[in-house]
Amino acid sequence: MKEIIHLNPPNIDEKTIRSLKNGDMVSITGTIVTGRDVAHKYLKDTFVLNHPSQQEKDVLDQLEKHLSGGILYHCGPVVAKDENGKYRFTAAGPTTSIREEPYEYDVIKLLGIRGVIGKGGMGAKTLKACEEFGAVYLHAIGGAATFIAAKVVEVHGLLKKEFGTPEAFWIIDVKDFQCIVTMDSHGESLHESILQNSRKAQEELNATFK
Amino acid sequence: MNSKDKINGIMPGNRVDLFVEFIKEASTNLPPDVRKIIEKQKSREEEGSRAQQALGIILENIEMACTRETPICQDTGTVIFHIHYPGKESTLVLRRELTDAVQKATEKGYLRPNSMDSITGENPGDNTGIGLPVFFFDETDHDELEIKIMLKGGGCENVGAQYALPHTALNAGRDVNGVKKVILDAIVQAQGKGCAPGVLGIGIGGDRVTGALLAKEQIFRDLNDKSPDLLLAQMEEELLEKGNKLGIGPMGFGGLTTLIGVKIAKMHRIPASFFVSISYMCWATRRKSLKIHDNKFEIS
Ligand code: SF4
Repeated sequence: MKEIIHLNPPNIDEKTIRSLKNGDMVSITGTIVTGRDVAHKYLKDTFVLNHPSQQEKDVLDQLEKHLSGGILYHCGPVVAKDENGKYRFTAAGPTTSIREEPYEYDVIKLLGIRGVIGKGGMGAKTLKACEEFGAVYLHAIGGAATFIAAKVVEVHGLLKKEFGTPEAFWIIDVKDFQCIVTMDSHGESLHESILQNSRKAQEELNATFK
Repeated sequence: MNSKDKINGIMPGNRVDLFVEFIKEASTNLPPDVRKIIEKQKSREEEGSRAQQALGIILENIEMACTRETPICQDTGTVIFHIHYPGKESTLVLRRELTDAVQKATEKGYLRPNSMDSITGENPGDNTGIGLPVFFFDETDHDELEIKIMLKGGGCENVGAQYALPHTALNAGRDVNGVKKVILDAIVQAQGKGCAPGVLGIGIGGDRVTGALLAKEQIFRDLNDKSPDLLLAQMEEELLEKGNKLGIGPMGFGGLTTLIGVKIAKMHRIPASFFVSISYMCWATRRKSLKIHDNKFEIS
């Protein structure tokens, strides 16, 4: 059995990230933040392409507190509120990450993110960001909504509530959230190598259809 | 056998309540054949590999969803009903009652509010809309009413494909080998998008509409059955074996389990067209059947 590497966001240093390789299993315990389509577009439009207002700068400060050295999770959760008005995640599987490809390079750079969790992997530009700034892409188990929700032990709060439940930034504490490194900080993508291998296998198998 | 693999009973006063229960079962309790194959494949994957770990998490998730009565996957997808009804049933009434049940099941959290206006993006919040939920009706000549439900996730629906033979780039001609080549290609193309391991439903022939429908219908089949057509049964077996040699594996992490089923059917075509339609269903193969007869019901 492969050794499991423990990550404790938002206090992940560059050295730890650089030591990770594709195929490594990690277990995350600490504070992470969710963000998907609207969140990514917002970050790029507001802080990279424009001059943000003071109010927006405050949001950025809050995000930096949790994401500098931290982990962003591509997830649109289903959230319930209990009798005391406390939020609780009931379904929290990863969403397809490639949709954030146009934004992720800038987002990683802007916030100093060390890890991005999602499913399906991302493209060349994100891989470049991982290499340049020292970050990794972490693959969660697609569809495991209930299982992952049970790893969310506490919902701290949310930013940009007006984006709606699936799209807002949720600040959450997770315990023992397992993922697999599939894009490391050395320019390697497991998705790319599996794709290439499967193409080769496809050619060989095609030759057996005679 | 899990005690919840089958639910039997006497018809309740209000049929809609039973339909809500039926939808809940589809969303929260994965069929036993699917569960068993994932279990079997987990034991075949290399000990301690990421493929085995992924299947382990999938199985734990399936178990938890069943006990907690929460959706197996948060994407409860498109709600599709295939209904085989005796002549005495009204399709209008069935449509109304099942739509009512879908709304109630959404309210109870068994279904995520997925329906949205294609242009404005507006979401009515109850999984209804133009063309939703999806209904197919077939009249039968016996007394039993059978309703089949499928919850078809978006990630896997997006990687469905339809190839027209001949396909030059793939060097796939209008013959059995051509069909096999495009199917293999569809599996390669699907990686990293629909959550593997998956089930392939394949329709050979027909036109663009009927072929696609035939493909999707195959996903209702039990994973352990075989096509009654000998040649198709042989193709199912061969493609399952060869598809799993592509090395894509659970979640695309690499490994032995890329597919958990290949189900093929054919229909006649016209000389000018030769379509191969492929519907991809993720590991969360959520489908159930409800049979009603003589004031008794069975959900399986
Ligand atoms: S492909 Fe299936 S398991 Fe994956 S997110 Fe979509 S519905 Fe869920």
